[in-house]
Amino acid sequence: MSADSTPTNPNASTSKETANPAVDGSELIRFDKVTKRFGSNTVLDELDFKVDSGKHVTLIGPSGSGKTTILRLLMTLMKPDEGTIKVGDAYLTHEDRGGKLVPAGDKHIREVRKNIGMVFQQFNLFPNMKVLRNITEAPVHVLGLSKDEAEERARELLDLVGLGDRGDAYPTQLSGGQQQRVAIARALAMRPQVLLLDEVTSALDPELVAGVLDVLRDLAHSTDITMLCVTHEMNFARDISDQVLMFDSGRIIESGSPEKMFGDPDHERTREFLSAVL
Amino acid sequence: MSDITPGLWELLLKGLWVTFQLTVYSAALGAAVALVIGLARTHRLWIVRFLSGTYFEIFRGTSALVFMFLVFFALPIAFGWQLVPMWAAVLAMGLTYGAYGSEIVRGAVAAVAPAQREAGIALSFTPAQSMRKVVLPQAWPEMIPPLNNLLIELLKGTALVSVLGVGDISFGAQLVRNATGQSAPVYTVILVMYFVLAFVLTRGMRVLERQAKAGIGQAPPKRRKLSLRQTKDLATSGGTGGAA
Amino acid sequence: MKWDWSAVSDFMPRFWDGVLVTLQALALSVIVAFALGLVWAMAQRSPLKVVRWPVTAITEFVRNTPLLVQLFFLYYVLPEWNITFSALTTGVIGLGLHYSTYTAEVYRAGIDGVPVGQWEAATALNLPRSRTWLAVILPQAIRRVVPALGNYVVAMLKDSPLIATIGVLEMLGEARQFGSITFQMVEPLVVVGIAFIVIAYPASLLLRALERRLVR
Repeated sequence: MSADSTPTNPNASTSKETANPAVDGSELIRFDKVTKRFGSNTVLDELDFKVDSGKHVTLIGPSGSGKTTILRLLMTLMKPDEGTIKVGDAYLTHEDRGGKLVPAGDKHIREVRKNIGMVFQQFNLFPNMKVLRNITEAPVHVLGLSKDEAEERARELLDLVGLGDRGDAYPTQLSGGQQQRVAIARALAMRPQVLLLDEVTSALDPELVAGVLDVLRDLAHSTDITMLCVTHEMNFARDISDQVLMFDSGRIIESGSPEKMFGDPDHERTREFLSAVL
Repeated sequence: MSDITPGLWELLLKGLWVTFQLTVYSAALGAAVALVIGLARTHRLWIVRFLSGTYFEIFRGTSALVFMFLVFFALPIAFGWQLVPMWAAVLAMGLTYGAYGSEIVRGAVAAVAPAQREAGIALSFTPAQSMRKVVLPQAWPEMIPPLNNLLIELLKGTALVSVLGVGDISFGAQLVRNATGQSAPVYTVILVMYFVLAFVLTRGMRVLERQAKAGIGQAPPKRRKLSLRQTKDLATSGGTGGAA
Repeated sequence: MKWDWSAVSDFMPRFWDGVLVTLQALALSVIVAFALGLVWAMAQRSPLKVVRWPVTAITEFVRNTPLLVQLFFLYYVLPEWNITFSALTTGVIGLGLHYSTYTAEVYRAGIDGVPVGQWEAATALNLPRSRTWLAVILPQAIRRVVPALGNYVVAMLKDSPLIATIGVLEMLGEARQFGSITFQMVEPLVVVGIAFIVIAYPASLLLRALERRLVR
């Protein structure tokens, strides 16, 4: 019913999702035989995978299986060793010059990266800036918004995440959950097409998790932003996802609708993993 | 460079030898001062701590060059005895750099785990025995990298003695400059000489460090390529060395 | 020996002139050292090898060779290349350049201390490189290195008499000149020696207090 993926593991090929008739599903992200190694350790192994516009895709799987690496590659925080990544019509790390693919220049990367936003496990707010400026900094200096426009946008977003009155606080004066909500607002202020969520609740005290997830749930249900989400919160994954991808050892071993994946997965590894975390 | 005749080269090499001697002798005196003052600053009697602390604070605030002038000019007049310039220089440098070194000794000794001292007490060592057999062998490897930085500062500091007429390389360079009327070649040459000396000293200290660490069963540390120094203490304490 | 108080009072007018020159030279060379050190530190983080490598080599060389010889080099060699500065300017450049290689290490440690997540967040927000440095990294890096930088101000104060050797009449220069005229060398030297301690000691106390406040 949603984003399609092509598992490379032959064992899992039976679980391949059939087509996607739904919504405005033009292809937005495409990984083509992407390989990423750290030393002798192959984290992603000729990964093929795509996400359609407007879809909410959750990546699950044991730690070290390469989920976060996918997000970091998309955010250009690291480069693939082999393969290509496309966002919309443009290659992320390559430029198409007269039919030939060459490594992308800085300008090209910036241009493509504009479409992508990311929320980090550790929030990574700028501690030297007040909350409001954390949110306005990039719209002013990257998008060229005036200070007033940017602040107006920032205040709307702070209202959205339920922190309308904390614009003048410094990040360290906020709880972890509040900081993470600011980080979400900061990412949204750039109006990205794709929002990458990297274990956004893993660093939070248990009682603060719900507030952050509520914000994201609202976002998922009320906007058409594309989400790519790595999480260990299975209930949350079930609520917001159009599609769930199960990762193991650098490959997608199974994918499907949340109902299917959480209800009756095909693959033994998926079943093992879910029974361990649920 | 062609203007530097063999005779002038000889002058520079003699100067190099003087600089090397100055460095070694001052380092030896400095090490003794550093050990005595550094340990005194951890002594259990407050008066010992106070006096050694005062010594450290005075030298921390003193300009090495001004102190050297005082040793050269005031000492003969005040006490009526005149040192050979070389030894006056060694005295001035040893006292100054010994004070900086005492901070390294004090820090390393203080960093040895208290349990280790308690173990010394449990074995009924005297305080001196405990210091010699338990504390110092463990503190020593920690001291070597900052002492290496200090040693290079001392090497650089020896150039000051040329101002007072001691015939080190810098002094030799001035003679060569006067003889040839050219400055660029000779100053380039001696800057390189200092750099090579610093490099050799660093290598020597690394061997020492490896041995010291192996002596207490630790692996040698990894370091930044290219750098002559460990930068940790540079960044945090800001110049125990030459001028600080 | 006899301590001659009249020599002290005769020296005092020159002494105050010297204090003024010392403080002036110190202030200017501190500015040079702080600014240039930052340039070195940032250049050492450049993605370009042709920038990184020479900067590392130059700073290592300058840091590990004597300031005194560097001062002579600047003072005697630059005029041979038809670059002429006053003695004071030469001294300020020499002292500032020498200590910039120390402050560069301080900045480097401060920059390395900024969590990698801050760089990543800046990338994720697509901030330009200049903006990332100016608005995100440097404000965080510099805060934590202020005490270490302050220690180098004290170090530079204590090395400032070296510029007397190229003829700048700061405190030591004045003392030498007074001594060469009156043959009374000890009194002015003692005055100058005490002056350094009197300036440096409270400064280092202040820095230690600052360090306790800023570096938790």
